[in-house]
Amino acid sequence: MAGIVSYGSYVPYRRLKRAAIAAVLGVPATRGERAVASFDEDSVSMAVEALRDALKTAPGAEVRSLIFGTTTAPYLEKLNAALVGAAARLPAEIRAIDSTGSIRAGLSAMLQAAESAAAGGGHAAVALADCRLGAPEGKLEQSGGDGAAAFIFGRDNVIAEIEASASLTREYLDSWRTPGERFSHSWEERFALTQAYGPFFRKIIREVLEKAKVAPGDLAKIVLDAPNQRAADEALRELKFDPARVADSLALTVGQTGAAHAALMLTAVLPSAKPGDRILVATVGDGADAMVLKVAPANANFRPVRSVGRMVESKGDVSYANYLKWREILPTEPPRRPDPDRPAAPPMMRAEKWKFGLIGSKCRACGTPQLPPQRVCVKCRAFDKMDPYPFADRHGRIATYAIDRLAYSLNPPTINAVVDYEGGGRFLCEMTDCEPDKVAIGDEVEMTFRRLFTADGVHNYFWKARPRR
Amino acid sequence: MASKGIKDRVAIVGMGCTKFGEHWDKGAEDLLVEAAYEAYGSAGIDPNDVDAYWLGTMGSGVSGLTLSEPLKIQYKPVTRVENMCATGSESLRQACYAVASGAFDVAMAIGVEKLKDSGFSGLVVANPPNDGTPACMTPPALFSLLAPAYFKKYGLDPEKGKDVLTRIAWKNHRNGARNPKAQFQKEVPMEAIRNSPKIADPLGIMDCSGVSDGAAAAIVVRAEDAHKYCKNPIYIKALSFVAGPAEGPLSPEYDFTTFPEVVASARDAYAQAGVTNPREQISLAEVHDCFTPTELVLYEDLGFSKRGGAWQDVMEGFFDLEGKLPVNPDGGLKSFGHPIGASGLRMMYEMWLQMRGEAGPRQLKNPRMGLTHNLGGQPGRCVSFVSVVGNQIG
Repeated sequence: MAGIVSYGSYVPYRRLKRAAIAAVLGVPATRGERAVASFDEDSVSMAVEALRDALKTAPGAEVRSLIFGTTTAPYLEKLNAALVGAAARLPAEIRAIDSTGSIRAGLSAMLQAAESAAAGGGHAAVALADCRLGAPEGKLEQSGGDGAAAFIFGRDNVIAEIEASASLTREYLDSWRTPGERFSHSWEERFALTQAYGPFFRKIIREVLEKAKVAPGDLAKIVLDAPNQRAADEALRELKFDPARVADSLALTVGQTGAAHAALMLTAVLPSAKPGDRILVATVGDGADAMVLKVAPANANFRPVRSVGRMVESKGDVSYANYLKWREILPTEPPRRPDPDRPAAPPMMRAEKWKFGLIGSKCRACGTPQLPPQRVCVKCRAFDKMDPYPFADRHGRIATYAIDRLAYSLNPPTINAVVDYEGGGRFLCEMTDCEPDKVAIGDEVEMTFRRLFTADGVHNYFWKARPRR
Repeated sequence: MASKGIKDRVAIVGMGCTKFGEHWDKGAEDLLVEAAYEAYGSAGIDPNDVDAYWLGTMGSGVSGLTLSEPLKIQYKPVTRVENMCATGSESLRQACYAVASGAFDVAMAIGVEKLKDSGFSGLVVANPPNDGTPACMTPPALFSLLAPAYFKKYGLDPEKGKDVLTRIAWKNHRNGARNPKAQFQKEVPMEAIRNSPKIADPLGIMDCSGVSDGAAAAIVVRAEDAHKYCKNPIYIKALSFVAGPAEGPLSPEYDFTTFPEVVASARDAYAQAGVTNPREQISLAEVHDCFTPTELVLYEDLGFSKRGGAWQDVMEGFFDLEGKLPVNPDGGLKSFGHPIGASGLRMMYEMWLQMRGEAGPRQLKNPRMGLTHNLGGQPGRCVSFVSVVGNQIG
């Protein structure tokens, strides 16, 4: 059977301390903090971050399909996976699907991709991301988190093989949200705990372990993800799993990242897994999905571009007030500046490789890299002697910068930097995930795909620079 | 650079300029009428004597009708020109070349901008439909890119650098306080400038030029005809205009401490005018001080200061009204205000007053050769205009 060839993960830079929410709202505080997508991030941009990393560690992969899994797709109509694929520079000749509707959409997408790869469908990519939004004073506001994970499935050079999988789908009312609603509704907690999560976990886990012919005691790691931590805890207790083998739920550091969460937890345990280890992954939501992975020898030599641990450590706080503004829960006085223009469809399509893939050009005559792509070389003025030249994975240094307090932003001031790339090329772009008083000439930056703004219902995605994470 | 120039072949024989500022009670058409009629009166001519018009405005109207309609121009050529913040200078350049060519005897260059009706803070420029990738930076942020780069290159600590910028704004307000047509006619203490609210660090609101309404106009004729209209005309020694290849945002070779376009246009203008040592030969200059670091860098690009030496000249008062080379004696964009299409002609208006001894409390002693400098765009990606004018032929 097929398995995981490569993976990447992403935890946004910003953290909201749960005590900070409680202090403002006067509600009971839970422990820890949650990861917060910045004002310029969403599920698409975070999925791109994770998928870019997964592709970097799968150099030979010929990806033939992409599934984007989320419960918070930026577009209800328009293929979000197309955006993810363009920014990750996947070829146009792929099948692309949005998988949504439940936090289980993530693991379901992984199983679908694994089966597609097993059936000879070529390498299958899965990018899962969520931006969990709970109404103020609600449980989800504190327990939810934002993050992403991505996998490449294939038949050769797997680092973890899928030994067995099981799925269960039931129709019942637990969490729901209709078009136009920002916050989800949920039924009384006891109902889901006793009638859904508990029984579903028991059933799916027994079934998948039987299929894999693995005894519970033989599992090296257990990745159990539930929309509600109590549900996971109770299932773990009932099934008598050794707590030492249970994967960190990331509840204290990241929060439950919706459709990405089981996957994110898995990417956190894979680096330390040993060849031959069995890992159980299960999640509930409108039923349940589960799989048993057998870690392959190749895992010993696999290093993700960025570990979950490293991203959990790389962080900066956001105040609850700013969080409310970023999510547009708290309306604010509009700036006395014009609204940004809606980007236009024809120029966006003409510039697809540039806008989404950050592909510039390099002069064949003099070798000078430049961006945006040019027709006349900035250096030697040769005409139409350019080759495509990608910049997204290049690091650069700040040549000079500006701190713009006049420009419209959900997170003023806007910081712009002139970035000079290693190997050549210069770009003037916005900075993100940084503090205005910490920017300096010479700082090293890397590129990140972001949502600059939304105008007339069109999300304007493009690239920014951020301090290296 | 191979422009041949029209040294001493064209003269300005009349000018007009409205007060700049918040004209809540006037539209662009009112401002145009006021500036035009003041210029007609100044040259002692009838509107029918003008053969052709060049109207500069960045956004206060399109086509020649913007001018011909309020002035009731009788079926004559009116060309609307636009070159960002150098629009006013561009209209003058076109009018000068038109009379120099012999195609017309009398031409008017006029510029206007009505900025205060937009309801927005600062300058707003409409972009054509695009792919959403161009940087959305405000003008102060774009020009603030100069500050950290200049400070770092020449070893100024940020506090010292801020002193230099503050003194430039202080000087321009001090000059504007002596100008009844300026938007801001008050001296401003250094502390108030230094501590003004930040707009684009290290720039505060007091490092920014005034958002303003206004219009200015000039009447040009061939030099040999000048004395038919006035006793003391001023003569065009050089007109240079360049648009750069916008290398700054593309090429790491650009270091944000200079405007290559200004260097090129200054070199061209000096060659046309026969200026070999601008620091000594130029009596006064009006330069494009849209933001204080711009003026700092321009001193070096125009050859008034040596590279890395402008900040010392600033601190020593070299460019003050009483200094060796007064710059922006009328208050500059900072204090006179910056109605885009009018600014280049407003600069020329100060040349007109100073060379004719009509500048009142800010009158300089015997100025003979003056320079105006006008730019549009951003550091590394701009258009630049330099003129040299004098009150004598030769």
